[in-house]
Amino acid sequence: MKLRIFVTLKPGVLDPQGRAIHKALGTLGFAGVNDVRAGKLIELDVADDTTDERVDAMCRELLANTVIENYRVERV
Amino acid sequence: MKTAVLVFPGSNCDRDIATALERVGGTKPTMVWHAETELPDGIGLVAVPGGFSYGDYLRSGAIGARSPIMRAVSDAAGRGVPVLGICNGFQILTEAGLLPGALMRNAGLDFVCREVALTVENSQSVFTSRYNAGEQIVYPVAHHDGNYSADEETLDRLEGEGRVAFRYAGTVNGSARGIAGVLSAAGNVLGLMPHPERRIETAAHGGNDGRRMFEGLFETVGA
Repeated sequence: MKLRIFVTLKPGVLDPQGRAIHKALGTLGFAGVNDVRAGKLIELDVADDTTDERVDAMCRELLANTVIENYRVERV
Repeated sequence: MKTAVLVFPGSNCDRDIATALERVGGTKPTMVWHAETELPDGIGLVAVPGGFSYGDYLRSGAIGARSPIMRAVSDAAGRGVPVLGICNGFQILTEAGLLPGALMRNAGLDFVCREVALTVENSQSVFTSRYNAGEQIVYPVAHHDGNYSADEETLDRLEGEGRVAFRYAGTVNGSARGIAGVLSAAGNVLGLMPHPERRIETAAHGGNDGRRMFEGLFETVGA
């Protein structure tokens, strides 16, 4: 079973990387970009009987730092 | 006092802290590889050094915080053994849940490598007993992810409980409330981004403000 874990900074947490990307887009002449937030995509290939709880634990214990990040799991 | 320095793949300040501990305490620390599961018996101080453990993969300190030795470090911290995390060591301690908050990318995106002025906020801990509260000192910093972040409630609690050990005297990395170092609730775990171990000998380092942290530790915890 393949999973995609999207890890994003919580709203309100300053994202200097997103800000730098935003600025670079402006430099390239792409106007009309209101905001940029950068995150991570982690792809997992797990045993078919892996429960949602188990995946959730992986996210909480390692894949995301819940002090500053949110995560979302998508089954591919 | 027996001391230990953890070593992770990618640690690069392990020798600096080992030298500082030996110069001030007179005894070489035990270097403990991250894959080990036990600390030496009767340990009086555990140092988690700076560097780039596991190449900062995933998040700075994230993989190091889950390495086998960290369970023993967590147990030792629970028993009241002083644990000192410097730079990447601070990142590891927050990732391990031994200290609150997180260290994010510097607000200016730059790697900051220079001497910075710090204000000592708490002089009551085992790490800061040789300093005076409100005193300004100089330590070097060298980091990319030193921007301390925590929710407002946590920050208020840290301030209220006197757990902000050091604060930047100027702008360095965008840290919430200028926080450079924090203490655990029990006061025996300190994490800080600046490097006291690189400020031991005036002739070599241009100052020795860091020396007093180790003198205080050896004095308080026992020689």
